[in-house]
Amino acid sequence: MELNAVTIGFFVFTILTLGGGIGVVTTRNLFQGTIWLMVSLFGVAGYFVLLSAPFLAAVQVLVYIGAIAILITFAVMLTRSVTRIKERYIRTIPSFVASLALFLVLLFGITVPIFGDYPSEMAPTVVMTTRDLGVALVEGNGYVVPFLLASVLLTAAMIGAIFIARDEES
Amino acid sequence: MVPLWMYLAVAAALFCIGVFGVLSRRNAVAILMGVELMLNAVNINLVAFWRYSETGTTLLLNGYAFTAFVLIIAAAEAAVGLGIIITVYRNRRSVIPEEADTLKG
Repeated sequence: MELNAVTIGFFVFTILTLGGGIGVVTTRNLFQGTIWLMVSLFGVAGYFVLLSAPFLAAVQVLVYIGAIAILITFAVMLTRSVTRIKERYIRTIPSFVASLALFLVLLFGITVPIFGDYPSEMAPTVVMTTRDLGVALVEGNGYVVPFLLASVLLTAAMIGAIFIARDEES
Repeated sequence: MVPLWMYLAVAAALFCIGVFGVLSRRNAVAILMGVELMLNAVNINLVAFWRYSETGTTLLLNGYAFTAFVLIIAAAEAAVGLGIIITVYRNRRSVIPEEADTLKG
C-alpha cells in the first residue's frame, strides 16, 4: 500500500472517527460527548469522500452534524437532571468484554476469507455522479417508490415528534 | 487504493464502540448517541461494499441509494427518540431508562 493522498486521508479520518467514538462513550459531560459525536460523524463524512460518494458526505454534514447533533444538544439541555445521577455507567466490565468479543468476531470474519476468496481489490473506475442519483430517484424503474415512502415517513416522524414532545398544559 | 477490509475493520470498531455505549451508559441521550454511532458504522460498510463491488466498468446505484435511505431513517429515528426522551423526562423527572417502568407488572 503506497503512501498517497488517499492513504493519508484514510488514516486521518480513522483517527477522527474512532477517537470521536471513544470520546462519545467515555466522556462524563454529555455536552462534550455531543462535540465528540460531531468529530466522529465528520470522520465518517470523510470516508464517504474517499469512497467517491460526495453527495452522501454533504448530506452527512448537513443532516448529522447540522441537525441531529443540534437536536441532541437541545435534548441534553432540556433534560438536565435535577437529581444528579450518581453513577453514569452500569455493567461497565461485562459491556466492555461483550463489545470486545464482538469486535474480535467481526475482525475474524473480515480478515479470514471463510466464504471464498476476496474479489479483486480493483474497484470500478467509472463512478455514478450525483446527477445520476437524482435521475434514479425519480425514474419509474428506479427508486421512486422508496423515495416517496421516505418522504411520507419523514413527514410522519416530524408530526409524531411534535405531537409526542408537546406540552400538555399549554 | 485502500483495500476493502480496512474500511470494514474501521466500521466494525466503530460499531463495537457504539455497542459499548448503548450497553453501559445510563443516560438515555447517551444511549441514543451510541445508536447513532452504530448506524454510521453500517453506513460506512454499505458505501464501501458499493464502491468495491464488481459490476463491470460502471457502478450501479443500489448501494448509494440504500445509504441515502438509511440516512433518512436515522434522522426520523433521532427526532422521534429525542421527543420520547423529553416526554419521559417531563413525566418522571428522569432520563434513566430503568426508571421508566410504568408498564411493569
